[in-house]
Amino acid sequence: MSRVRVLVGTRKGAFVLTSDGKRQNWDVSGPHFAGWELYHLKGSPADPNRIYASQSSGWFGQIIQRSDDGGKTWNPPGSSPEELKGPEGMPKGESNKFVYEGEVGTHKWYDGTQHPWEFKRIWHLEPSLTDPETVYAGAEDAALFKTTDGGTTWHELSGLRTAKGNLWQPGAGGMAVHTILLDPKNKNRIYVAISAAGVFRTDDSGKTWKPVNRGLKSPYELPDPDAEVGHCVHRIALHPSRPDVLFMQKHWDVMRTDNSGDSWTEVSGNLPTDFGFPIDVHAHEPETIYVVPIKSDSEHFPLDGKLRVYRSRSGGNDWEALTRGLPQKDCYVNVLRDAMSVDSLEPCGLYFGTTGGQVYASADSGDSWNPIVRDLPAVLSVEAQTLPS
Amino acid sequence: MVRVLLPYHLRNLARVTGEVQLNATGPVTLAWLLDEVETRFPVLRGTIRDHITLRRRPFIRFFACEQDLSNEPPQTVLPEPIATGAEPFMIIGAIAGG
Repeated sequence: MSRVRVLVGTRKGAFVLTSDGKRQNWDVSGPHFAGWELYHLKGSPADPNRIYASQSSGWFGQIIQRSDDGGKTWNPPGSSPEELKGPEGMPKGESNKFVYEGEVGTHKWYDGTQHPWEFKRIWHLEPSLTDPETVYAGAEDAALFKTTDGGTTWHELSGLRTAKGNLWQPGAGGMAVHTILLDPKNKNRIYVAISAAGVFRTDDSGKTWKPVNRGLKSPYELPDPDAEVGHCVHRIALHPSRPDVLFMQKHWDVMRTDNSGDSWTEVSGNLPTDFGFPIDVHAHEPETIYVVPIKSDSEHFPLDGKLRVYRSRSGGNDWEALTRGLPQKDCYVNVLRDAMSVDSLEPCGLYFGTTGGQVYASADSGDSWNPIVRDLPAVLSVEAQTLPS
Repeated sequence: MVRVLLPYHLRNLARVTGEVQLNATGPVTLAWLLDEVETRFPVLRGTIRDHITLRRRPFIRFFACEQDLSNEPPQTVLPEPIATGAEPFMIIGAIAGG
């Protein structure tokens, strides 16, 4: 029977949750990197025991950590295990170095002036689908970095910032590459999403990029609601069998595209509110998608104090509330953009974490939910790995 | 022997317990001390100072002999008790709530 490992990043460390395929009983390990912010952890699809983690701190900056044993032990990449054994053993120290390439350049600042790019942290790590040594990293201030040596060194794919980067502007949450989607059918195609800039696509492995935001409308956020860049995209997702179809949770609006982002249409349909952060796709049903509606941009908590996941089995527009096992009164948590994930077991499992420290799991495609843990620090990210037995 | 006290999180990162001891063969300046710490513990590069500009990170403080040297220039010669090891040089995470 297959197993599941759920990697949870929180405001105060990382946790690794594991279970067998029944997903009823869970072991919890952590906190790893206690006291640090773990914006994201993700395992390599090519080697599930290779896990990368983004560890950061307002005091000490950015550290990349790597585990080669499924999250039991961790090291900043750069030294062999032998080199780390002695009392003076330590990594060699380039793995936390993220430097913008060439002329740093400027982007739009809050007051409308131009402001230089300043590296703050890595929000999201996306390991290659085929090579455990290759990983993409989404940064704040918005940029995309890549390693091909297991995280030891990183270099920027700077073409992204030439896609009208001077017009990008931070929102209240900063300006970060928070989503990276690798096309499993076209190794040269990558999508990234940036708040507050929009979605961008490369078809040449990251050399050149173009905005793909046609159809997005932001009348309350932008002076030109149809602007080519500037939209506050919260999250995008795809099903690996149909990588030309993308789903989006925007600041407001749930959207979809059937042509790789060339045009988007709204599929918010009967959602009680179409504001939210995460969106994800069922592992076996490419038209089944999930969102967590949040009351508004001013009130980041569920409508009426009821924590509800909404599921559409038709790729949007028709949505049903999934409530069984979730708190239906006095619940005022948020679910952040990287804090939802699916496993690929049958039935499909879903997981999401809240700013209140709960991680909920469903082993039946969302029909019912149970908390795996209730009292972690605020959850920033959740990633599920389906493992062989 | 120059004694350096790292903040808790950086001790964990560098995998050291207690103070770090450095051997000085020349003038004990702020820049020498930080260079030496980063040479001994490369994983700390970027955590105390910016990788490129070598400017102190905003929420790091340098204390020595009950003085705040955080804003002193890199070539500042550290007080004699630091150079002799009578007092530790303290690298501190700035006060913050939450």
